[in-house]
Amino acid sequence: MASGSSIDVLGQFELHPVLGGLGEAIRLSQSPVYMVIACALVLAFMFYGMKPASVVPGRFQAAAEICYEFVRNLAVDTIGPEGTSFFPFIFALFFFILAGNYLGLVPHSFTFTSHIAVTFALAIMVFVLSIIVSLKVQGLKFFAHFMPAGAPVALAPLLVPIEILSFLSRPVSLSIRLFANMVAGHVMFDIFASFVIMLAGLGFIGDVLAVGPIAINIALIGLELLVGVLQAYVFAILTCIYLREAVAH
Amino acid sequence: MTEDKTSFDERLRAAQTRVAGKPPETEQPDREDKSILALAARAGSEMLGGLVVGVLVGWGLDRWLHFRALFLVLFALAGGCAGIMNVWRLVKPPDINGKES
Repeated sequence: MASGSSIDVLGQFELHPVLGGLGEAIRLSQSPVYMVIACALVLAFMFYGMKPASVVPGRFQAAAEICYEFVRNLAVDTIGPEGTSFFPFIFALFFFILAGNYLGLVPHSFTFTSHIAVTFALAIMVFVLSIIVSLKVQGLKFFAHFMPAGAPVALAPLLVPIEILSFLSRPVSLSIRLFANMVAGHVMFDIFASFVIMLAGLGFIGDVLAVGPIAINIALIGLELLVGVLQAYVFAILTCIYLREAVAH
Repeated sequence: MTEDKTSFDERLRAAQTRVAGKPPETEQPDREDKSILALAARAGSEMLGGLVVGVLVGWGLDRWLHFRALFLVLFALAGGCAGIMNVWRLVKPPDINGKES
């Protein structure tokens, strides 16, 4: 928010203790509170969507079924028949990130996916899972992937480190992508919102001109709705791609 | 009655292919759009990711082995190569993919 004439666009990402004295005592910040809200929303959505369990679904049940089938098709189409066993994990991941991204668009709320600590934790979880699955399915043949097939042996000292770095870059690019998109979107909101406040100090002409940034912010909300679902989709599909490579022989 | 029976057979076949892991053809165009958008969202960060990991590994090795900047220089280059290779893997035509594996 703008204080005076300076713009503090990153203040919105700061963590503060919430819920008064109790929150202070157990060091509870907004981030875990919004994670719990996100989980509760997703669970409530699925629970109440599935509750009627009718053959001809109502709107709410249809929405829940579409969500289920969307992620299920994503998992099974990308990973193959083995995808069914990873489907619950990918479903939870997709809807946790989606709920986080969309909760952040509610005014006065907090976007937990805008912290690299959160996104990196999610990414490293996916990375470790894919390594465990690779080692379990492929055994020691897993390490053969670090030498590209058909390449001359003389180039191995150059190619193997590059392949290893390329492999290690997966969780980093996965987490940076989500975090950077969320931060950039919310910083843009804040910049254009503070333009409105600055223009309001100019009197009548400022009031007229302030319509511009407000209109841009409304358009940005639309863009952020797209980015929110796209980033959750990219995170989920990359998880599927990494797991497909892990289960492939 | 006969029409009902054929439509049931069709649906049964569709259901069987779905369970077998082969998607019905009708969904393709929509999926294609989404994955192109997803591809665009991925490309930049794949390149950045390689470089970041290269710099971090190089910096860590320098700190550990008490070099000034030897590994930082080497691994920043290798990380950049890894990033470019990631992007190439992302955008290379599928026929090259088929030939390689």
